[in-house]
Amino acid sequence: MKQSNIQFDNTGKLRHFLTIEDLPKQTLIDILDTAENFSTVGTQTVKKVPLLRGKTIVNLFFEASTRTRTTFELAAKRLSADVLNININTSSTSKGESLLDMLRNFEAMHSDMFVVRHNQSGAAHFIAAHVAPHISVINAGDGSHAHPTQGMLDMFTIRRHKKEFHNLSVAIVGDIMHSRVARSQIHALNRLGVPEVRVVGPHTLIPRDAHALGVHVYHDLREGLKGVDVVIMLRLQRERMSGAMLPSEAEYFSQYGLTEEKLRLAKPDAIVMHPGPINRGVEIESSVADGSQSVILEQVTNGIAVRMAIMSITLGRKQEN
Amino acid sequence: MKIAITNGHVIDPRNQVNQRCDIFIQDKTIIAIEHAPEGFKADKIIDADKLIVSPGFVDLCARLREPGHEHKGTILSETRAAVASGVTSLCMPPDTIPVLDTPAVVELIHQRNEEAGYCRVYTLAALTRGLEGQYLSEMAHLKDAGCIGVSNVMHCIPKPQVLRHAMEYAASVDMTVFLHPQDEGLANHGCAHEGIVSTRLGLVGVPEAAETQAVANFLMLVEQTGARVHFCHLSTARAVQMIGRAKYDGLDLTADVAAHQLHLTEMDIGYFNSQCHVQPPLRTQRDCEALRDAVASSQIEAICSDHQPHDVDAKLAPFAATEPGISSIETLLPLSLRLVNDGLLNMTELVDRLSTTPAEILGINAGHLGVGAMADVAIFDPTQHWILKSENLISAGKNTPFENWEFQGKVMKTLCDGKLVYDASSTA
Repeated sequence: MKQSNIQFDNTGKLRHFLTIEDLPKQTLIDILDTAENFSTVGTQTVKKVPLLRGKTIVNLFFEASTRTRTTFELAAKRLSADVLNININTSSTSKGESLLDMLRNFEAMHSDMFVVRHNQSGAAHFIAAHVAPHISVINAGDGSHAHPTQGMLDMFTIRRHKKEFHNLSVAIVGDIMHSRVARSQIHALNRLGVPEVRVVGPHTLIPRDAHALGVHVYHDLREGLKGVDVVIMLRLQRERMSGAMLPSEAEYFSQYGLTEEKLRLAKPDAIVMHPGPINRGVEIESSVADGSQSVILEQVTNGIAVRMAIMSITLGRKQEN
Repeated sequence: MKIAITNGHVIDPRNQVNQRCDIFIQDKTIIAIEHAPEGFKADKIIDADKLIVSPGFVDLCARLREPGHEHKGTILSETRAAVASGVTSLCMPPDTIPVLDTPAVVELIHQRNEEAGYCRVYTLAALTRGLEGQYLSEMAHLKDAGCIGVSNVMHCIPKPQVLRHAMEYAASVDMTVFLHPQDEGLANHGCAHEGIVSTRLGLVGVPEAAETQAVANFLMLVEQTGARVHFCHLSTARAVQMIGRAKYDGLDLTADVAAHQLHLTEMDIGYFNSQCHVQPPLRTQRDCEALRDAVASSQIEAICSDHQPHDVDAKLAPFAATEPGISSIETLLPLSLRLVNDGLLNMTELVDRLSTTPAEILGINAGHLGVGAMADVAIFDPTQHWILKSENLISAGKNTPFENWEFQGKVMKTLCDGKLVYDASSTA
């Protein structure tokens, strides 16, 4: 059997960042604190620190992405690393070269880090288990399994607004079943000590064993929103209609769409989050998405600092104060 | 050639032998037990002191990968692994390439196996042409060519009417239908049990209902058609219960379980261990315990290997993209012996589940050591400890989740058709 926690190297240092599930609380706090230090880099006239100068980071995107890929790219560039963006059409790889063969090629180019997005759950673990020992792997989303950098940037955003985690109540609304973002958020919230994590959605979009993740399950949005400090809306994919999991977008919006009226059930100072890209009028009303409680664009900004933190920690160099 | 197997502890459930005694073989047949026939002079004496002498094992499901997937295994390589595990008869499902739906394929397999010369290979014919679930296969012709049953393996038959007719027709040519109960629609191309682990890992789950719905469906058709059926590789507690109930109500059914299902659960997947990717998937602890109890009570009559050797690449990909299956014929006996050590089975029941009953299910003359029986014998040491290293597997497939497991029990010698086909002391 392979060692289960391959995220740490022999000396106990974080080498890969694949999932939040088995990381200790202190590691998460370190990432958030480091990100806090990096958050000013983007506001300086020279938006660069030389921490990763001479390092080569390869963004391996087997699945389309704009936001995640560009924020990873920006994060790497602000750390002065050289960045290579590779967009790979999965259908063409399945015909010829295997995933492993492709990795060997990038290894041979003396890369230091792979940032990987793939449509298969477990792809990042698979790659981490097979790369050369000097390479770090960052999971930028694998199937429905994990999107840990998104999870961490969400924690960063929550901490900025709420300061502490131990007294919070958080509702995650939408397609939990297929959401790697939700899984990473749930693990992070639990590990950081949030006492009440709720998931809200219809039975078809919530796994039967969701409770095993450490959440309370709600099927009624109004009930689920009552008294929460944070509302996280998830993106709804069109495939859920063709897969007969939902009847229509309109019905989904009426049942699970976040409106101003429903938001009033949450605490008055509740924040509204969304990993993007948003479907206005499907999971969220425009007036809420653009409203005063929305922190959706902040999440994007914070994503750069958090990814800088994770890249610099896994490549072994923390930002000194 | 005259062989005497002396001083061994003979276990033969059919003839109720469970004692230390000698066995005398002439050519291909057992000619005497306990007392040598007058004037018998052995050409070869096998001393089985402290060893168990059992009828050779009968494996209800082993894929040999030939024809079609020779890069994963061949009839030669896999039957050699079989006899090293005490298996002297095995049954291969029809999902070869080309599909086993014409006598030519059956003939090819038998011819290759004759050249290999290790063990007996039986074949199941495709229930529908090309396993496509549309048209009936030529079952009578295939039976004449040597097939001993029919199966559509895990391929679905979209129209219930086709399934009904296939079962009826199988009954009229007197062939057992081997059913793999998994509803393709409900299984939804899943790769793990729908439960805690699939939820954690974000893997598409195969719900319990994929199996129970298929079982319910099949049971109704058995009642209606009078077909003789065998349920392959059960994985859920609920399916065991349903089949038990149907037997109680008078249906004549049998069922088997793959040995790994008695020892692994969904938890063993850990972080995407592709060696635990199997179909039907590993289920919960509760299911595993129910399967073990069912084997103990003979509600499930047989344990099989569900041997599926793979090339290395087949398991080198993200979990769902890997090919399911375990190279498992060499762990069939040691995993089953664990049930003896756990107090679930005694040695006679073990031999019954691995040899006597599976032979009856296949309707073949094997699985016993009476006078006049074919000289298919497994001689094993039930106490010898060893540690599994995949590189030491004899099978061409090194894919196993049991790497570094400590086992007790090793096959020392295997005779098939009166011929010594495996001898641990000479290959070590």
